[in-house]
Amino acid sequence: MTHVSSWRRKLKNNVTGYLFLLPTILVLGTFLFLPVFYSLYLSGHKVNLLGEVSYKWVGVNNFTRMAGDERAWIALKNTASFALFVVPLQTAFAILLAVILNAKLRYKNFFRIVFFMPTVTSSAVLSLIFMWIYNSNGLLNRVLEFIGLHGYNWLGDPAVAMKAIMLMNIWSTAPFFMVVFLAALQDIPDALYESAMLDGAGGWRRFISITLPLIKPATFFTVVMGIIGTFQLFDQSYIFSAGSGGPNNSTLTVALLIYQYAFKNLDFGYASALAVMLAAVIMIVTLIQRKLFAEEKLN
Amino acid sequence: MVFQQSKWGKAILYFLLFSYGCITVAPFLWALSSSFKPLSEIVSGGINFIPKEFTLQNYYDIFVKEPLFLRWMYNSALIAVVATVCNTLFNSMAGYALARIEFAGNKIMFILILAVQMIPGQLTIVPAYLIMKQLDLLNTYAALTLPMMANATFIFMMRQFFLSFPKELEEAAEMDGLNRFGVFFRIALPLAIPALAAQTIFVFMGAWNEFLKPLMFMSDKSMFTLTLGLNTFKGQYISHWNYIMAASMVFTLPALLIYAFFNRFFIKGITFTGGK
Repeated sequence: MTHVSSWRRKLKNNVTGYLFLLPTILVLGTFLFLPVFYSLYLSGHKVNLLGEVSYKWVGVNNFTRMAGDERAWIALKNTASFALFVVPLQTAFAILLAVILNAKLRYKNFFRIVFFMPTVTSSAVLSLIFMWIYNSNGLLNRVLEFIGLHGYNWLGDPAVAMKAIMLMNIWSTAPFFMVVFLAALQDIPDALYESAMLDGAGGWRRFISITLPLIKPATFFTVVMGIIGTFQLFDQSYIFSAGSGGPNNSTLTVALLIYQYAFKNLDFGYASALAVMLAAVIMIVTLIQRKLFAEEKLN
Repeated sequence: MVFQQSKWGKAILYFLLFSYGCITVAPFLWALSSSFKPLSEIVSGGINFIPKEFTLQNYYDIFVKEPLFLRWMYNSALIAVVATVCNTLFNSMAGYALARIEFAGNKIMFILILAVQMIPGQLTIVPAYLIMKQLDLLNTYAALTLPMMANATFIFMMRQFFLSFPKELEEAAEMDGLNRFGVFFRIALPLAIPALAAQTIFVFMGAWNEFLKPLMFMSDKSMFTLTLGLNTFKGQYISHWNYIMAASMVFTLPALLIYAFFNRFFIKGITFTGGK
């Protein structure tokens, strides 16, 4: 008897378990899991979209084509320099803000809400507001003229356009990571700081020897998320350059290039190959970082 | 604490906070003030944050003269609400099953969901488009809502939440004759409200602000979301920054209100997913 009922119970658990998971399996399976394999498949094919979708096997052609694709190299270089510039600054900035907000201060919540506004706002809106600020008739130039400096065509100059997006990006993402660091800071016991103070450690010393090592998991999270985020930069450069990646390819990112190849040139195979490359780069970077941080933990 | 609790230290702290606060709100205030200025005042320049000639005309024009603006708002709201409702429900169900139900394959499902979290978005855009095309879903609400109905990150978060949830409550409810679904909907879900609130903000914001997916899936202007509409606005009224700023403000307001309302949960929610 008990044997039968336990068997029935198991069956019931299995059925219930999968019923609970059914919507998730359908959604993630169709729109995340399947696309990964589909993407790999596409990257080896030439895709014809006219009428019925059809595929022609081209082997590694899509991948070898990248080597000679000047715009792919420019996009990769832009994306990498974007990440190299933005991630360290946004991380440092987020730590600074979190440390300041973690001090015993009045109006703390007010500041938190204010600081957070850019994070809540859509990148489409932020990009439009900043385009207006950077406009040759916009706020930035007016302020510069007001203090006696010359205005500048910020978005028209290839040397500066990407920097303008970088600044905006740091400004809008640092507050999100600030909250991650705030949470980490609150887990550090006060006693650690107190005993360090008794030992005569100054503020800077305490920051280097206690705060930084103890917020390492948060730093890791921030750097990884930062790299993933910056490598996927799309909305901002799309809106700033009206989809072109200009002026003179200076705001062309890999994500934007993938979009252009897929939806402007209808070259889905090559676009998929680029996406596979980008995904591989992101995964390798993440793994390297994971390894670096894990090793430091052991020491 | 890093900073000395001295008078000077405090003064410096407040100065830094205040300066950064100004840097943060200035662009928003500038946009807000521009949205109440006539175009002539905007292009003639000046750095006045208070409009010399205050007008509501810009708002009137975008709502009345631009026939699609209200439609775009409706599209954005519909998609964001559907995504939010489905996410909170489906992610919780999945998280609950992974945390509480012993079924064959539980571990494998959990590992798959963790793995799915690491898939970079770019990898899915091209195939997602083709899948939608082959399902004949381009230019439909389903194209935007279906892929956004569940989210691996929040499933993970809900699993962690239900793991730390007292088992006794459920056992008592089961004694009273509730089945799994009853236990979940009547006991577990109501107690998960703080976690659900955090999810609500993240999912709502994500869907409301989404740019790439509508850009890919919607070519019919009437199916655009506000993000896309706003961008075509830019092309259409190339130098009409007054309209763009007014529309931006209309777009930002709902997100800001939701954020202000759920603020406490928002910070807690990030703590939850803070990678610890």
